[in-house]
Amino acid sequence: MTTEELKNLKSNLVVDARGTACPGPLLAAKKAIADLESGEIMEILSADEGTKNDIPRWCEKVGHEYLGCFDEDSFSRLFLVKE
Amino acid sequence: MENNSELNLEALQSQIEKLEKKVKKLENNRKDQLSMAIVSGDMDKILAAMIISLAAAAMDTKVKLFFSFWALSALRDPKKHPKGKDFISKMFGMMLPKGKDQLKLSNMNMVGMGPMMIKMLMKKKNVLSLGEMFQQAGELGIEITICEMSMDLMGFKKEEFIDYPHLRYAGAATFVADAGESSFQLFI
Repeated sequence: MTTEELKNLKSNLVVDARGTACPGPLLAAKKAIADLESGEIMEILSADEGTKNDIPRWCEKVGHEYLGCFDEDSFSRLFLVKE
Repeated sequence: MENNSELNLEALQSQIEKLEKKVKKLENNRKDQLSMAIVSGDMDKILAAMIISLAAAAMDTKVKLFFSFWALSALRDPKKHPKGKDFISKMFGMMLPKGKDQLKLSNMNMVGMGPMMIKMLMKKKNVLSLGEMFQQAGELGIEITICEMSMDLMGFKKEEFIDYPHLRYAGAATFVADAGESSFQLFI
């Protein structure tokens, strides 16, 4: 998805993991996704650079659909659809 | 003629049974599972082991940790004081770190200055502390096995280890069996 498309997405849940470094955001995402239904969109806020590589790999392995990410000033927003 | 086909059927059946057994064994051979033997008691190495374990568990991989030798220090609870140790066990107990917060660095330890600085940096950079990592590990169902032989060797007692929800005691064969059916194994 393009950044414009991502910006227009309506997330069902926003997980703010900016206060933790690797593997904190992944752990936060894993915990939070249990509260979502299949097909709902989760947004992860992370200030950890590695997360941008880690979350897509997690999605690939577990089966969620990774939509993409874009950067804000001091963090990134990552989007995915629950399997 | 009829007799012959009956025989064939039987042979086929037993062959299928054999194949089924083989498939089951092959399926078990490569579980989505990580087995780690953790022998080192250095803070940096325990940190690495826990971070990899947490990432694996978050990715739905079953994680089994086998703690042995120096690594056992990381599992000691400083608040627990077991009784009935002999002289050498007491000496070992006194000389080895009492728990994960007292571990040394493998490099740049500088009489304890190194670990202090690393802990400060970890806090500043929002890295989970070892205590928090063990907490999360427990919640994610990471299994910890204490090597009973090295526990005895170093004079540790079961009563002095941390309260961890998935803690068990076993020997090398348990690690070998677990590692054999895991899709990846690490030694730290």
